[in-house]
Amino acid sequence: MKREYVYKGFERFWHWMQALLIIFLGFTGFEIHGSIHFFGFEQAVKLHNVAAMTFLVLIVFAIFWHVTTGEWRQYLPTRKNLRAQMEYYIFGIFRNAPHPTKKTVLSKLNPLQKLVYAGLKVIVIPLMVSSGLVYMFYRYPQRYEVISLNIAGLKVVATLHTLGAFLLVTFFIAHIYLITTGSTITSNLKAMLTGYEDLTGDEQSPSKKSNESH
Amino acid sequence: MKKTIISVGLGVLVLSLTVMLTLTDHGTPTTPLSTLRMKYRQKETPSVDHMQFTQLKKHFSTPQEVTSACIACHNERHKEVMQSSHWNWERQEYVEGKGIRTLGKKNILNNFCIGISGNEQSCNKCHIGYGWGDEKFDFKNPLNVDCLACHDNSNTYIKAVGGAGMPDASVNLTNVAQHVGKPMRVNCGTCHFFGGGGNNVKHGDLEKALFDPTRDVDVHMASDGEDMQCVDCHTARKHQMLGKMYSVSSMNRNRVECEQCHTALPHSDDILNKHTLKVACQTCHIPEYAKVNPTKLYWDWSTAGKLKNGQPYEEMDSNGTDVYMSIKGSFVWGKNLKPDYIWFNGTASHYLIGDTIDPSKPVKINALYGNYDDPDSKIVPVKIHRANQIYDTQYKYLIQPKTVSTKEGDGGYWKEFDWNRASEEGMKIIDLPYSGKYGFVETEMTWPVNHMISPKNKTVPCADCHKRNNGRIASLTGFYIPGRDYTSWVEYLGTGLILVTFAGVLIHGGVRIAASRKQKEKST
Repeated sequence: MKREYVYKGFERFWHWMQALLIIFLGFTGFEIHGSIHFFGFEQAVKLHNVAAMTFLVLIVFAIFWHVTTGEWRQYLPTRKNLRAQMEYYIFGIFRNAPHPTKKTVLSKLNPLQKLVYAGLKVIVIPLMVSSGLVYMFYRYPQRYEVISLNIAGLKVVATLHTLGAFLLVTFFIAHIYLITTGSTITSNLKAMLTGYEDLTGDEQSPSKKSNESH
Repeated sequence: MKKTIISVGLGVLVLSLTVMLTLTDHGTPTTPLSTLRMKYRQKETPSVDHMQFTQLKKHFSTPQEVTSACIACHNERHKEVMQSSHWNWERQEYVEGKGIRTLGKKNILNNFCIGISGNEQSCNKCHIGYGWGDEKFDFKNPLNVDCLACHDNSNTYIKAVGGAGMPDASVNLTNVAQHVGKPMRVNCGTCHFFGGGGNNVKHGDLEKALFDPTRDVDVHMASDGEDMQCVDCHTARKHQMLGKMYSVSSMNRNRVECEQCHTALPHSDDILNKHTLKVACQTCHIPEYAKVNPTKLYWDWSTAGKLKNGQPYEEMDSNGTDVYMSIKGSFVWGKNLKPDYIWFNGTASHYLIGDTIDPSKPVKINALYGNYDDPDSKIVPVKIHRANQIYDTQYKYLIQPKTVSTKEGDGGYWKEFDWNRASEEGMKIIDLPYSGKYGFVETEMTWPVNHMISPKNKTVPCADCHKRNNGRIASLTGFYIPGRDYTSWVEYLGTGLILVTFAGVLIHGGVRIAASRKQKEKST
């Protein structure tokens, strides 16, 4: 059992900002989509656009941080232990079996997390950003303008943007649940709030962990 | 913990900064409204006082004498007037599929009082000339030009009912001649507010309430506001007025546009400005028309001709609006109406005299062209006027009946109530055979709604169109509007994913709780 500083200040700031923004974007976005009614369409559009721009700023900082710290490597998908991790969530977790992947400062994510987060970063977020930007800055065909900037209609863009939104809601639900599957119900949440987590390594022999990770 | 508080604080700071920056109004509109207000509040004082002209200090026994006096000084103006459609009641228009045709009030049919041919004595009260009572009227005689209808500023000039454009006997011509000036709303409105035989019958957005409107009725013409006159927008150059109506014209030209003053990017909000490419100003800024008095929506000529004790009669509804007249049939009126919406590119087609119709479906007297994919098209508000009107069942074309009767036995329906006679005489005048068999056919006319602009705070809210069901433009489909449209498979897939995930979480969590309880039981 060792108390480690797992999540750096920026990382936590980024995570929670992102969480806030995605929830807010989802809320206003589904209002624009016509699924819910809260702010009213006009206000929802304004707020959605403000949040979107804020998110873009955050993304720029996050990319910079990931690149300069090399933390981006955390998200490189691996097949190692993937099966074991799946089996853990399907069977092991109910038998109180140990986590198959040891969480360390240098390898914070289990193979399933790597896969899902990489998917978010490489597919869903870029999809949302690009379709969102087109949504904001598209132009209808008009005379005397640069034709290459025109799109005939919003249908494709809006459909992709909505699809991404549904994926994010799905992720959000699963994510909220899965944070309860740490060593204790709240250990993951605490770690993301404070940065510190008790990295237990192997429950039976804590000493083994440090050997493995180095 | 300290760090957490700092990062959360930082987050809130960044968020609120961005919100403030984005919500702050940076851009000023291209033409500030204050500038426009200044411009139109400045009322011009005329540069001459016609009262002082000796030429006008005399008794005029005929209106032609007044015209002669006008022309004596303004010695080229009558030529301009005589080239205008106000004078000719026709102009050359290209009609798609029909080529270049000469059309206008002179020869076109509508689905209100139908047409002027044979009825000039009454209809042509609104012609800017004297004595167009039949087809023999001399369009080349300058003395027939009625300068006063438009330029009377004494507010005492009226034309005689059934007088073919001659002034009413009560008019003091000398007084009127000495009080001429720029046309005011009352000059234009006298005719344009009463088209179709009564107030607001035709347009719905042009009616007597605009003589003295409040801001709520029309922000531009409001007496308590800018008090703009018709000619402030319908500007004229050499007596050729800007603007026309698609009931009598076909081409995308000579239109009055809000952009003349407000520019193509009038809003400070870019999202609104982007709308102007596909949505006409009127669409959002005229939430409703016929704001004060009702307008006619349906006119059924087929019920005309009922008599009580051999006499024609009228029936009114509780608001004092005609719902039945023996001479015209039955009407449906509407007030505070939401417009219909169509795509419109500025071109229109027309039913022209002699065109064959298909009586099995409503005949489009005029049809406005446009669609989403056409870069010239915008969504515009319109009034649709429907009618049931007379046609020749054998030759399959609309009939121009003679309605107005000027002398005994001329067939005028409003005296004789005999459709056969009225058709026979009317068709004779427009040189088309009448088979002797008539029926009634449903017809439709589309009238763009352009006036009665509401104040900013009464503008159509975004959500009136951007909503799932029953939006204002629900009938316009084939393109994507956020808030209204969606792609069904994405909705099904997305909702399915969410439900499955949620169920999975519940089941997984449930089993976990159950399993841990079991283990606790075991361990105790």
